[in-house]
Amino acid sequence: MKKLWKALSLTAAASSLLLLSSCHGAKEAKSLAIPDTFDTSRSYEITFWAKNDTNKTQTDIYKKAISDFEALYPNIQVDLRLYTDYGKIYNDVITNIATDTTPNVCITYPDHIATYLSGEGTVVPLDTLFSNEKYGFGGSELAYDGPSEADMIDKYLEECTFSGHTYAVPFMRSTEACYVNKTYVEKLGYTLPDTLTWDFIWEVSEAAMKQNADGTYAVNGQDVLIPFIYKSTDNMMIQMLKQKHAGYSSDDGTVGLFNDTTTELLSEIATHVKSGAFSTFKISGYPANFLNAGQCIFAVDSTAGATWMGEDAPLSDISADAVTSFDTEVMTVPQFDPDHPQMISQGPSICIFNKSDSQEVLASWLFTQYLLTNDVQIAYSETEGYIPVTKKAQEDADYQDYLSRSGEDTSAHYEVKIKAAELLLSHIDDTFVTPVFNGSASLRDAAGQLIETVAKSVRRKKEVNDDFIQSMYHDVTSLYHLDQIETSSSGKADLGPLPKTAVALLGGLAVTWILILLYVFTQMWKKRRQKRR
Amino acid sequence: MKKNIALALTLSMAFAFSCTAMAEETTEAATEAATEAAFEAESEDVKSEGVMTYDEYMAAAVDDEVVIEAYVQAKQSWWEDKATLYTQDKDGAYFIYNAACSEDDYAKLVPGTKIKVTGYKAEWSGEIEIADATFEIEDGEYIAPVKDVTDLLGKDELIDYQNQFVSFKGMTVEAAGQDESGNDVAFLYNYDGSGSDGDDLYFNVSLNGETYTFTVESYLCDNTTDVYKAVKELKIGDKIDLEGFLYWYEGVNPHITSVTAAE
Repeated sequence: MKKLWKALSLTAAASSLLLLSSCHGAKEAKSLAIPDTFDTSRSYEITFWAKNDTNKTQTDIYKKAISDFEALYPNIQVDLRLYTDYGKIYNDVITNIATDTTPNVCITYPDHIATYLSGEGTVVPLDTLFSNEKYGFGGSELAYDGPSEADMIDKYLEECTFSGHTYAVPFMRSTEACYVNKTYVEKLGYTLPDTLTWDFIWEVSEAAMKQNADGTYAVNGQDVLIPFIYKSTDNMMIQMLKQKHAGYSSDDGTVGLFNDTTTELLSEIATHVKSGAFSTFKISGYPANFLNAGQCIFAVDSTAGATWMGEDAPLSDISADAVTSFDTEVMTVPQFDPDHPQMISQGPSICIFNKSDSQEVLASWLFTQYLLTNDVQIAYSETEGYIPVTKKAQEDADYQDYLSRSGEDTSAHYEVKIKAAELLLSHIDDTFVTPVFNGSASLRDAAGQLIETVAKSVRRKKEVNDDFIQSMYHDVTSLYHLDQIETSSSGKADLGPLPKTAVALLGGLAVTWILILLYVFTQMWKKRRQKRR
Repeated sequence: MKKNIALALTLSMAFAFSCTAMAEETTEAATEAATEAAFEAESEDVKSEGVMTYDEYMAAAVDDEVVIEAYVQAKQSWWEDKATLYTQDKDGAYFIYNAACSEDDYAKLVPGTKIKVTGYKAEWSGEIEIADATFEIEDGEYIAPVKDVTDLLGKDELIDYQNQFVSFKGMTVEAAGQDESGNDVAFLYNYDGSGSDGDDLYFNVSLNGETYTFTVESYLCDNTTDVYKAVKELKIGDKIDLEGFLYWYEGVNPHITSVTAAE
C-alpha cells in the first residue's frame, strides 16, 4: 500500500529530469501517415501498459478485452503489463523513452504526456486518426461497433488536447467525493447541507474534537479520531484555488501557485491540523480505513475509491471487527461557493507511442479504440465510481439498468459506488482540469507538498507563519524545479554548467573515442605503408 | 570498415562493462566484510550522548523528534536520494522510512552497519517508524539474532516485536485465493491477485486453526530472490518455517525474507 508514496516522489525526480532534457530536444508533433489499408497479412505484437486500482475485476476486464479483441484481429497480439499506480507507469515510460522501448499503448494522465513529449515525436497525435473514414471513430473497416465521433464527449477529448493536438483518448472519468459519516454529523447536532462547504466541514470537525474525561472522543468513544482526512492534497489545493478564482498556472506554463490566497488557505489548514481536526493520507493513512473504523467523519478520496468506503464496503483493509455501523453519504468535495461547485476531473486516459512501423501504430489505434466500445466501457466503469467516457455507453440500456439498481446488493450494485458515479454524472459540467505543459506534473506535486509540509510542521510544533510559508515556497520551487519550467512564451532556460558526473562520463567517452580513432588511423597508416612497400 | 565499427563497439562495451564490474566488486567486498562481522556483536551497546534508548524512543510521542543509534538489518529501497531501512539494536527495532541518503551512502549500508538517525517518530496505519530522517554512519556492527514469535501469533504481545527480524515455525500453507479457473492457489500477486510477476506476493499460513496473511514485499525481496521464487513454488498443505521483518499495516503484516521446509 505504501508504495504509492515512492512512486509519487519518483515522479518529481523523473519529471524534473525531463524538464532539464527538454531544453535539448525539439517538441514538434510528428503526424502519423495512416496506411490506406491495415495489412492483415502480417502479424503484430503490441504492448499495453494498464493501470488498475489493485482490483482483480479490473484486471480481468482488461484480459477479457484483449482476448475479445484478438479474436476479432487474430493477427494482433496484445501483451498486457499491469500497474497499480500512475507514478510507476510514468517512471517506466520515461526510462523506456531513453531506450526507445516504450509500450505501444499506455494508460496515462495528460500531465504525464506533456513530459513524454519532450522526446521528439514520442507520442502519436491522434487528431487525424479520429476522422479517418476507414479506421477512425465509427470507421467503415472496424471489426467492432465502436463509438462514432459524435459519441465522444467533447469535454473529455478537450482534456486530452494540448499544444495544438489531441494526444490521448479518455478511458474512464472520475472526480473526488467526500464520503461522510452522516451518523456522527447528526450526533454532533448538525444537518448535512445540500452542498458541503469548507466552513461546514471545518466547524463540524472542530466540534468533533470534544473529549470525555477519560480522553476518549465524545462522538465515537474511541482513543482515535481524525474528523477530516484528505487523500490527495494536490487535488485539495488545486480545487481550493480554483474555487477561490486564485492563481495556479496558466496555459503557457506560467506558475501562479505561490500567491496570497494560497498563503491564506495554508494558514487556515494549519489551525485545523493544530487542533487535530485535519490530517492527510500521507501522514496518517487511508481515509477509508479511518472512516470505516468510525475514526473519521469526512473522508475525501476519488470516486474510483468508492468500493472501500462505508460499513458494507466490498473492499477493506481493516479487520471486520474494527468496522463500525454508520450511514454513509456521498457528497461533492467541499466548496467555497456552493451555488457554483467546482471539482477536479480525473481518471485514466490512453496514449499511443510512436513506432517506425505505421502498420504497428495503426494496430495500436485499433486496440485503443476497442477499449472505448460499450462492452469495455460499461464493464470497467462498474468496478468503481467511474463513469464511461462515451455518450454511447452512458446512454446504453444496460448501463442505465445498472445505475437504477443501486443498493440491490453490496457487490456489483454497492450503493456508495453507484452514488459516487451518479455524483459525477450530475456534475460533469462542474468539473475542470488544470493546464497541461511540460512541468505541470511537477507543479501538481508541489501543490500537494505545500499542504503536507504545513501539516507535518504544525504537528512537529514548528511555528507556521508568513515567514515559514514564504521560505517553504522557495524550497518547493527549488525541489520541483518550478523555476526551470519553460513557458511557451519564453526562450530556452539556461540550466547552468553540467553536473560533475556528467562531465566525467562525457570525458571518459571522449577519451575512449580518441583511442579508437587513433587505433583506426594507425592501422590505416600501417596498411598504406605496407602498400607503398 | 565493418571491422572498425565492431572494434569501436567492443571498446565502448568494454569501457561500460568495466565500470559495472568495479561497482559490483565494491559491493561484494563490502557485503563479505559485513557477513564476516555479522555475529560479532559489540560487547556493549552504549548509546552516544543525546541518543535515546529503545525504551525512550518507544515512550516518545508521535511527531516528536527522535535520535537513535541502530544497526542496519536490511535495506528495503532507495529512490531519489531516500532510503527505507530495517534497523535494530539489542533492545528493539526501528523502521526508517525515506531517510535522506545518497546512492553512495546507500551502498555502504550493508547489514550490520551502525547508524545514528535523527528524524521524527511517525505512525502510519499502525506502523511505528522514523520519518524525514537524516543519518550518519558510525563505527560498530551488529546483526540481530532471529526471534521466534510463533507462539505470539494472534496475541497482543506480538506488537512488542514490531519491525524486528522474527521467525515462524511449522506453519501450514493455506489457499490464498482462486485462479481464473476457480482452483485454489497458494499465493497471489497483490492481495487480491490483481498483480503480475514482480509485484508483492501474498500467501496464507495457518497454525492451530488460525490463518494469517504474510507478504513478500517486492521492494525488499524482488522476483529474483530465493524467497520470491520459493513462495511461487509453495503448495497448499506444505509445512514451512519462515523468517522476515515484523511489519505492521492495520495489524501484523510480516515482510517475509526466507521460506524453508519445516524442520
